[in-house]
Amino acid sequence: MAFTFPKPIELVPQGTKIPFVSFFKFFFTLSTVLNLLTIVLLATVGLNFGIDFRGGTLMEIRTQGPADIGALRSTLGGLGLGEIQIQEFGTPENVLIRVSEQPGGEKAQQEAVAKVQGALGSSVEVRRTEVVGSTVSGELLEKAVWAVVLTCLGIFIYVWFRFEWQFALGAIVALVHDVFLTVGVFSAFQIDFDLTVVAALLTILGYSINDTVVIYDRIRENLRKYKKMPLDQLLDLSVNETLSRTIMTVGTTFLALLALYLFGGEVIRGFTFAMLFGVIVGTYSSVFIAAPFLILIGIKRDWSNVKVAPKRSRAGKAAES
Amino acid sequence: MLYFNRWKIFIILGISFASLLFTAPNFISPSALQSLPHWLQMRMPLGLDLQGGSHLLLQMNVDELRKEWLESLSSDVRQNLRQERIGYTGLVTGREDVRVTVRQADQFDAAYNKLRAMARPTSGAIFGHSTTDLDVNRDGSAITLKPTQAAINDRISSAIGSAIETVRRRIDITGTTEPIIQRQGRDRILVQVPGFNDPAKLKELIGKTAKLTFQLVDQTMSVDEAQKGNPPPGSAIYPAQEGEGGPQSYLLQKRVIVSGEDLVDAQPGFDHRTNEPIVTFRFNSSGAQRFGRTTQENVGRPFAIVLDGQVISAPVIRDAILGGSGQISGHFSVEQANTLSILLRSGALPASLDVVEERSVGPSLGADSIASGTLASIIAFFAVATFMILGYGLFGAFSIIALIINIALIMAVLSLMQATLTLPGIAGIALTMGVAVDANVLIYERMREEARSGKSPVLALEAGFSRAYATIIDSHLTGLLGGVILYWLGVGPIRGFAVTLCIGTIASLFTAITLTRLIISTWFHRVRPAEVPL
Repeated sequence: MAFTFPKPIELVPQGTKIPFVSFFKFFFTLSTVLNLLTIVLLATVGLNFGIDFRGGTLMEIRTQGPADIGALRSTLGGLGLGEIQIQEFGTPENVLIRVSEQPGGEKAQQEAVAKVQGALGSSVEVRRTEVVGSTVSGELLEKAVWAVVLTCLGIFIYVWFRFEWQFALGAIVALVHDVFLTVGVFSAFQIDFDLTVVAALLTILGYSINDTVVIYDRIRENLRKYKKMPLDQLLDLSVNETLSRTIMTVGTTFLALLALYLFGGEVIRGFTFAMLFGVIVGTYSSVFIAAPFLILIGIKRDWSNVKVAPKRSRAGKAAES
Repeated sequence: MLYFNRWKIFIILGISFASLLFTAPNFISPSALQSLPHWLQMRMPLGLDLQGGSHLLLQMNVDELRKEWLESLSSDVRQNLRQERIGYTGLVTGREDVRVTVRQADQFDAAYNKLRAMARPTSGAIFGHSTTDLDVNRDGSAITLKPTQAAINDRISSAIGSAIETVRRRIDITGTTEPIIQRQGRDRILVQVPGFNDPAKLKELIGKTAKLTFQLVDQTMSVDEAQKGNPPPGSAIYPAQEGEGGPQSYLLQKRVIVSGEDLVDAQPGFDHRTNEPIVTFRFNSSGAQRFGRTTQENVGRPFAIVLDGQVISAPVIRDAILGGSGQISGHFSVEQANTLSILLRSGALPASLDVVEERSVGPSLGADSIASGTLASIIAFFAVATFMILGYGLFGAFSIIALIINIALIMAVLSLMQATLTLPGIAGIALTMGVAVDANVLIYERMREEARSGKSPVLALEAGFSRAYATIIDSHLTGLLGGVILYWLGVGPIRGFAVTLCIGTIASLFTAITLTRLIISTWFHRVRPAEVPL
């Protein structure tokens, strides 16, 4: 071959031994604190729901030349439509207008849209209009919650069948952790929480479990291979062995998402932001929460007879720990 | 693991080639597309968020249907009791039922039997029970008639069916291509119109019930008297259309002479004397007959043209109108006359429709989204490719070939299934790039480990594939689970994301496991390397 590829860079040097398990107490405490903080945030500040979940109207407009937000605010504020939020959106010409849901049902909402459009005049280009009524927003919220719960449940059952209930529990703790922290960030910074963010949450669940399963697979393999190794050493070994893969995958995914966040446009920025954050949290939780969690609850050590689904394993479980 | 028979190679290369072939039409100009053979002309349909258009979720006003039914029920009760010469007091139309009190006790049974005979069996009899559309109950000297839930559901169902037809006719008249109009749930209709730039106009066309009636003006008392006292039985006060100089409201007979159902045509035009925009119409023969007879009997008196409960105009009948055609004038603008004629031609909706969800995207935002989505995807591709080649050298390059085929497979499947590509869908493709190489990463890491443990290259390569296999399946299946639920959750654009993610995940099973294995095996048999280049 005329052209030779450079020697691959080893991101994780051979024989790396990071004592992940010994950090467990620290990170577990940290995560617990952050999760509690999320609960406090949700209870006090709450989420800044977008119109998908709250009802109301959203319009993206483009003005000729930089938009005069102050003038827009006074023009639209005089329409008597209640609270109106106006903000620049990406560029100085693009403006996002949010009108809260109108009392008086769906007809009133449509009238509000017509009023705003009339007040803006014909020199302004309306690039996007979204109107969600209260019935639909309620249904969407309900559906979103169900989707997250069902996904977690589905993953729990899958991991339970493929591994053991302890693994499933560890996985689900990590997943709930990821969802919580992501939601917490949206609450802390009051970023718009809409349907695309829920889509991002579901994708994060998929990504995080992917990561966790890869590590669990290695743990199970090592459990069969090293029957006498203490559990904490075995977990450390498994995480270290898969560390190179973890970093490569989080690297490629993060790069792809970063490209989307930077160049994918304003419309999906909330979505890509949630994903970026979620991928980091998901990786963190797989390594620092899901794996060491197995020590906390203890797992069965005798895997010699088990191929895939552990069905008759109850008896041999108490032997270790 | 590294051996492939000829047929397998043929199939793997065939799938890869086909995916590239079916992806290609998405990147050529429309004129070049025309020159391709017919089976190659499929492209990914673009979602409303990319090509611009309106998504409307309409909900039927079910209360209107019920009210209308109860009103006709009430007049049937009146007619039935009169026929039997049964005296009654207080015929009350409530929110959910009609209630009538029989005056003389000895006529009660006769009245009850007569009214009970009004109930009709419903179409959907469940569990062998024959159900009727009315619950007729006795309550002291009163009889109540209440439509059953099953019957109301039946009515809603057929009303939605005919509303969909009407909405389709109205949108078709505007000449828009390929609107999607479908039923959603019990009482909703989803309308998606691509490329329609004026959502306000669209809503005006869809939202109007457009019930047109011709009714006589009741001149037995003035509107003021009727407002103070009680309007005469069989008459009611109707408001005039807003923005008119004439009277604010009219007292009209409730009886409908002719309704919009009897129209066979309606066209916008101009009055040849005043040059005012008007709508001309023609009745069918039975409508023409009724209209002719009524106008003949009422020369010199006014009649009213009522649209959706509002009086458009109330001209005086100068001569009997026997020809079956006429005109409506109501100080219209040209635009209004045009819209009204469309509404009349396409027929009335069974009940009004409310817009409960609207998502409209203008064409310029759509074009921007395509541009930014494409740019982001290209950058994502090169970033991932660089990272993989840095991390795995030659094998990284192999995985990039697999990645290209993976993306081509997603696009080819979307094109062939005619599944819509949305902006989140493009994000899904970019994300798939990051995740799809994960399978390769798992395999390569495994090979590296096996090689380090002292295995010969051929054994290390084989072990890499076989050992990573279970992990790949586990991680892919859980990923798919999320994708399927995402599809269920999804509204339009998000569904697009779920679809690309799911196809990408399945495709990566093929590209990462099978295709990469073929490439590595071919390379191995050619080069016979002394060590694994990882």
